[in-house]
Amino acid sequence: MTVKIKEWPGTALSSRDIEEGRVLTVRHKLKAEYAWDAGVAIGRYLRELKNGRLVARRCGGCDRILLPPRMFCEQCFVPTDEWVYVEDTGTVNTFSICYVRWDVARLKEPLLPAVINVDGASPGMGILHLLGEVRPEDVHIGMRVRAVWKSPGEREGAITDIKYWKPVQGG
Amino acid sequence: MPERVAIVGVGHSDIRSITPGLSCKEMMYEAAARAYEDAGVNPRKDVDSFICVSEDFWEGTSIYDEYVPDQLGGALRPVHTVTGDGIHALACAAMLIRTGMARVVVVEGHSKHSDMRTPAHIHNFAYDPIYHRPLEAHPHHLAGLEMNRFLHVTGNTREQCGLVVKKNLANALLNPRAVYGARVSLEDVLGAPPAFTPLGELDIARPADGGFVMVVAGERAIAGLAGEPVWITGYGWCTDTPALDSRQWGEAAYARLAAQQAYRMAGITDPFRELDFAEVDDSFSYKELEHLEALRICRPGEAGSWLEEGVTLPSGDFPVNVSGGSLGVGHLLEATGLHRVYEVVLQLRGQAGGNQLPDVARGLAQSWRNLPTTTGCVVILERA
Amino acid sequence: MAKVAVVGAGMTKFVRRAQETGRELSWQAAKMALDSAGLTLKDVDAVVIGSAPDAFDGVHMKGEYLADGSGAWRKPCIRNFVGGATGVFAPIQGWYHIASGQFDTVLVVCEEKMSSCHPHPQGAFITIFDHTTERPLGPNLLWIFALEMNRYMTVHGITKEEIALVAVKNKKNALDHPCAQLGEELTVEDVLNSEVLAWPVNRLDVSPASDGAAAVVMCAEHVAKRVSDKPVWVEGVGWHLDTAYWTNRDLYYPRYVEYAARMAYEMAGIKEPRKEIHIVEPYDPFDYKELHHLEGLLLCERGGAARLTADGVTQRDGDLPVCPSGGLLGVGNPIAAAGLMKVCELFWQLRGEAGKRQVPGTPRRGLAQAWGDLMQVGTVIILGR
Ligand SMILES: [Zn+2]
Repeated sequence: MTVKIKEWPGTALSSRDIEEGRVLTVRHKLKAEYAWDAGVAIGRYLRELKNGRLVARRCGGCDRILLPPRMFCEQCFVPTDEWVYVEDTGTVNTFSICYVRWDVARLKEPLLPAVINVDGASPGMGILHLLGEVRPEDVHIGMRVRAVWKSPGEREGAITDIKYWKPVQGG
Repeated sequence: MPERVAIVGVGHSDIRSITPGLSCKEMMYEAAARAYEDAGVNPRKDVDSFICVSEDFWEGTSIYDEYVPDQLGGALRPVHTVTGDGIHALACAAMLIRTGMARVVVVEGHSKHSDMRTPAHIHNFAYDPIYHRPLEAHPHHLAGLEMNRFLHVTGNTREQCGLVVKKNLANALLNPRAVYGARVSLEDVLGAPPAFTPLGELDIARPADGGFVMVVAGERAIAGLAGEPVWITGYGWCTDTPALDSRQWGEAAYARLAAQQAYRMAGITDPFRELDFAEVDDSFSYKELEHLEALRICRPGEAGSWLEEGVTLPSGDFPVNVSGGSLGVGHLLEATGLHRVYEVVLQLRGQAGGNQLPDVARGLAQSWRNLPTTTGCVVILERA
Repeated sequence: MAKVAVVGAGMTKFVRRAQETGRELSWQAAKMALDSAGLTLKDVDAVVIGSAPDAFDGVHMKGEYLADGSGAWRKPCIRNFVGGATGVFAPIQGWYHIASGQFDTVLVVCEEKMSSCHPHPQGAFITIFDHTTERPLGPNLLWIFALEMNRYMTVHGITKEEIALVAVKNKKNALDHPCAQLGEELTVEDVLNSEVLAWPVNRLDVSPASDGAAAVVMCAEHVAKRVSDKPVWVEGVGWHLDTAYWTNRDLYYPRYVEYAARMAYEMAGIKEPRKEIHIVEPYDPFDYKELHHLEGLLLCERGGAARLTADGVTQRDGDLPVCPSGGLLGVGNPIAAAGLMKVCELFWQLRGEAGKRQVPGTPRRGLAQAWGDLMQVGTVIILGR
């Protein structure tokens, strides 16, 4: 029936149609504020970040060390069993060199988001974070990295208590 | 004949006005673990599909359906979300089973209302962005408008709405799940500060946190499960119109049409005689009366006088909201319908404790998706 | 299992900014789908709505807002939601409404109006990340694609040139689609030389933000036989959602797509998908995703999709036409509507009504797939005539 249809509905506008008032718009800025309860697992994770440590949970069912920590194992569907401190070193699983902000505005310096597989957690247990103190062209998958922490006084119990991860010498 | 479908396990997290100790995921895990224990199922092995209900702006997360599988045992399984009331999802579970594709389906709904710092602003974001939202009225104003029209059209009275509050808050005192149980007099309700006249402050259900999980199974699967089945013999859902200019004010057409579908499936022609009790939406006091009439449990204009005569009291001929309803238990966002189903299930299993009604075999649960919607669901549940 | 047919389809033009409201777009697509089936709203028993995050349209409880535009007035109406995979899940939900015996005729409508979100629709995507462990890092949507694409390229040794061929093919195919937003003749160099957004992702690797709607009419066998001389049958459906802990998964392979596909193949009785599927509309919001998904759908070996593309197998006149519509890269990407557009395309292709886009030899069986959430969910539908 696409062969039979001559006129398809839908009217395209340009930005100028709006800027010049040829079509009208209604603007609304939503005041949506939330304070999410971090809960047991992430609550402890944040407190330990403030202490300059990364903490995971071990599941006795599958013996995995889970990071970010969780009070239940999604594979075994049982409560997890114990807290385990893991290292603040790891390996780059994958990365990007990002030149734009969320609204596609250009950044002066690119950001280097990465998934970092953290030492001491089970294989493949990565977290999302940023890389730093490295030239973008030198980053590679498999690169060894170490967390660069904020000073104890600056830390507030947030994922940003780690400023970024930098290459380990000889990594 | 389509396959018969039953609820074989129910569980919930503790219902509270706030839940600072638990994340939403941890709350859901608590509800799920209890439901699976109740049903005797292992979600990693025995469940074919999972259906959740949520709305992004209640959660503060876009594409919230991302975050549901792990705490339900549904990771890497067929999981989908319905942006509706929990009874919508219950109907979807029944349909999935009746296709023959699934034998056991899990349904989940929750409220983490306390995570919202600006709930009225967020609620207002559901109003039509062009015609209605710019008026910047508190979202509950619509209930005031509707209540006024409803009382005018049906002849029910403001005082009778107050009696709904008195009844449901008193019922809630006997329900360990209820957050807002209280002994209030009609004078207390009528004397409360006006909110959106004729609606007073005590006529509005207050929010609560809590999660519900239910295990639904087809007849083929039930023999192998531990839980005592409560049969889902009818269900229906309906949306009237989002437009304020064309909706029929003063009549809950969505409830009437949803009930029509559910009654047809369950073979019910005289709901008052054929049902033993009901849990119906009372997000605002007048809604209980409006919904009872729309469900044809009583005649138009009759719901208020029923209340005065005690018909809908726990001791009456047709008990309504014995649990305390949303006014007494707390409003649970999209989990509200599942909470009502939970209360009906406990009644039919004889496990409702201090609220237990004698000799009940068939009950109805009804939900409404609150303002500004005209969407509601109905489910009929029966003892084996 | 009861048989379910698609008997009508419709869609609006996909545009960067539509004058119509979301309700109006929904109405246009729904009306067109009903007209094409020779049906009216009176024939519709229930409505299924698919729409992705409310943050795009800027309306909380968007399904309620869209209901009357989607033909749901005083009808049973449900909105489903599986992120970007919604557009293919909506007809799956329509399928189970009917296959359960509950309804005879269901109208399925998908809508997205991304342009409402200011200053940029991408703003709606910031809040898909975990509010505590990820959002404080200032992520944007491009990150997850770039991270996944890099991992995929590195594990298999696939180049950006090989991936760019997908963008070239799909945007070219879209030139023949009357609703397309971005049909154009491009070269691989054009793609490689376009602005780098988040390496390895360049601007022309990405589908646009769009406004639009699509709809299909589905019905039970006895109705289909009465109202349609060329019903297209639902032969298989499947969906799977992987763990939300996406940084704990190896992103090089979409196992959730494989699981969804296996579910659909089993229902359709398909043993050798590469031989038994004749036309594919995999989800292609980014060019590499088409390759990623062809592998997950078991239509080629892992890491083999780039070769298939380079050899021309996936061209419209190739052995396995892939995205003959022009896909999201070419037709546009109003999220849920884009997924359903793929189902509309199968409907028209299988009926031999796709006009200039018609693949040679009138295919007998096609597959549409969508993907979404945190690189997490696959939805698959198989249609046949
Ligand atoms: Zn485990």
